[in-house]
Amino acid sequence: MTDAAVVAEGLGKRFGPVVALDGVDLELPARSVLGLLGPNGAGKTTLVRILATLLKPDRGRARVAGFDVTGQPRAVRRRIGLSGQYAAVDPFLTGAENLVMIGRLYGLPGRIARRRAGELTGQLGLASVAGRLVRTYSGGMRRRLDVAASLLAAPPVLFLDEPTTGLDPGGRLALWQVLGDLTAEGASLLLTTQYIEEAERLAATIVIIDHGQVVATGTPDQLRARAGGDRLDLRARPGQDTRRLAGALGGLGSAEPAVDEAAGRVVLPVADGAAVLPAVAGRLAAAGLTISALALRRPTLEEAFLALTGQAAGSPQPRDAETGGVHAAQAQPARNARRMR
Amino acid sequence: MTAIMTSGAACHGRPASALTGIAVITGRNLRRLIRVPTLLALATVQPVLFVLLFTYAFSGAVHVPGISRYIDYLLPGVFVLAIGFGASQTGVAIAEDLNTGMIDRFRSLPITGSAVLAGRVAADALRNLFVLALMIGTGAAAGFRFHAGPAPALAAVGLAVAVSVAFSWINLLLGLAVRDPETAGLAGLFPVVILFFTSSVLVPVATMPGWLQAFAKANPVTVITGALRALCLGGPTARPAIEATAWLAGLLAVTIPAAIARYRHATSS
Repeated sequence: MTDAAVVAEGLGKRFGPVVALDGVDLELPARSVLGLLGPNGAGKTTLVRILATLLKPDRGRARVAGFDVTGQPRAVRRRIGLSGQYAAVDPFLTGAENLVMIGRLYGLPGRIARRRAGELTGQLGLASVAGRLVRTYSGGMRRRLDVAASLLAAPPVLFLDEPTTGLDPGGRLALWQVLGDLTAEGASLLLTTQYIEEAERLAATIVIIDHGQVVATGTPDQLRARAGGDRLDLRARPGQDTRRLAGALGGLGSAEPAVDEAAGRVVLPVADGAAVLPAVAGRLAAAGLTISALALRRPTLEEAFLALTGQAAGSPQPRDAETGGVHAAQAQPARNARRMR
Repeated sequence: MTAIMTSGAACHGRPASALTGIAVITGRNLRRLIRVPTLLALATVQPVLFVLLFTYAFSGAVHVPGISRYIDYLLPGVFVLAIGFGASQTGVAIAEDLNTGMIDRFRSLPITGSAVLAGRVAADALRNLFVLALMIGTGAAAGFRFHAGPAPALAAVGLAVAVSVAFSWINLLLGLAVRDPETAGLAGLFPVVILFFTSSVLVPVATMPGWLQAFAKANPVTVITGALRALCLGGPTARPAIEATAWLAGLLAVTIPAAIARYRHATSS
């Protein structure tokens, strides 16, 4: 086998009439981080559950740490840590008791389980509440305890399903720090998230899935590139009509401009920003419009994400289920860009 | 900086043995029992009330041939009732674990599924040992005595614990099947109530109308209560004990594999 921590090939899963996964291929190289991004209901959690041996796929196969998830689930379970979407901790045990219980179930001797529990509660900022019943914890504290439980036996492969959902900014930063340290020490991490910033910060590779299919795979930079060219970001002067501003730019971009009236902002996708700047200036002058700010920048990952998933796009475009189906995105940048907030 | 991964705790060691798994899960369930006030009340107050209420409500009205004190007749059946009622909490608890994601967590760990279920069954058995002691103490204060000697009395406690084991597996299966805690609680209580009032626990079967007698005689609660009575009060024990054991063995033979199979595929939502 390869050195990959996770290899999935053609995974499919349906629940009654609902197709949750429709042929997902995925590879998480050992000692790296893969961010799984996708809108709600895209199939992220189903994928994590199959990889963590909780669900059996209808078709396709997957290996985790070199072991088949359906054929060798015990071997897989010895090598993974899972933190699901909802904090699965016992409210009637203390934080420390929860962790020691999980450690003992991994097969650690009590003494080592207690020591690990002490270390992890310290690192995740739970030391002062480790002796309290989890029932008294805030949502963010439970969440961190749940992640601590998944790290307890230092498994080489970690699955974290939206680990920072419900955390305050401080808790999120603390968790990012811990996850960064983990991967620096050699763990492989597959994390699902709805926060693009999180994927960008932690993950070397981002896989975007939608409707149970991989729509794009790449580094954050590659995905940005797929959103098509640059973005010309214009701010209207206070009180000015942003729609008029957008109208004046018609036909200049590679797609229709996105208008955010509340922010007084117009974003124009352009193939070659520098070349189009003089024309923009000319149009503005001709229309008698002035602007307060102008920036030429690369698309944000959020813009790329919206372009690639085409969330509410009326007719679903044909998608390439292959890993790295590059061309899927380019079809409708205009329609999708308009949805940018 | 402290290392997160490498503190000698890597999971390349041996996985937990089945016994360790069961012991850890048992400990978890016993801790919960002590810390949840309503569970503790259910485990202690309810059995005591059963003993007192049924004894004083019925002892004036019911006269069982050959029995001088009604409580001697009643108490073995109340063991079954209290254990049956208490076991509905097991269905509630496993359904809650399913909904809160605890089962997902346990299933992602390198332990057998049966350890999680057996840990619950073992915790219930220990709780019921305590409940039995409480009921025997309360009963003794109200006049109950073992008449057949210490060995049969111990056998009666052993049989009652076997009843606890069977009820636990039934309710684990129910909880995993219905998945909703409230439904699981009701589903666990309903058969107990039906079987209890159509059994020989409160009144001898001979006092019932003919059509009910056939059902009451075959009712497992009657059969098991009969065996417990024989062990507590004296008289022939071999046949009732064999019948009761057969019932319990049959129930376990069906419920244990079914519950384990359900658990293997159980996952939240």
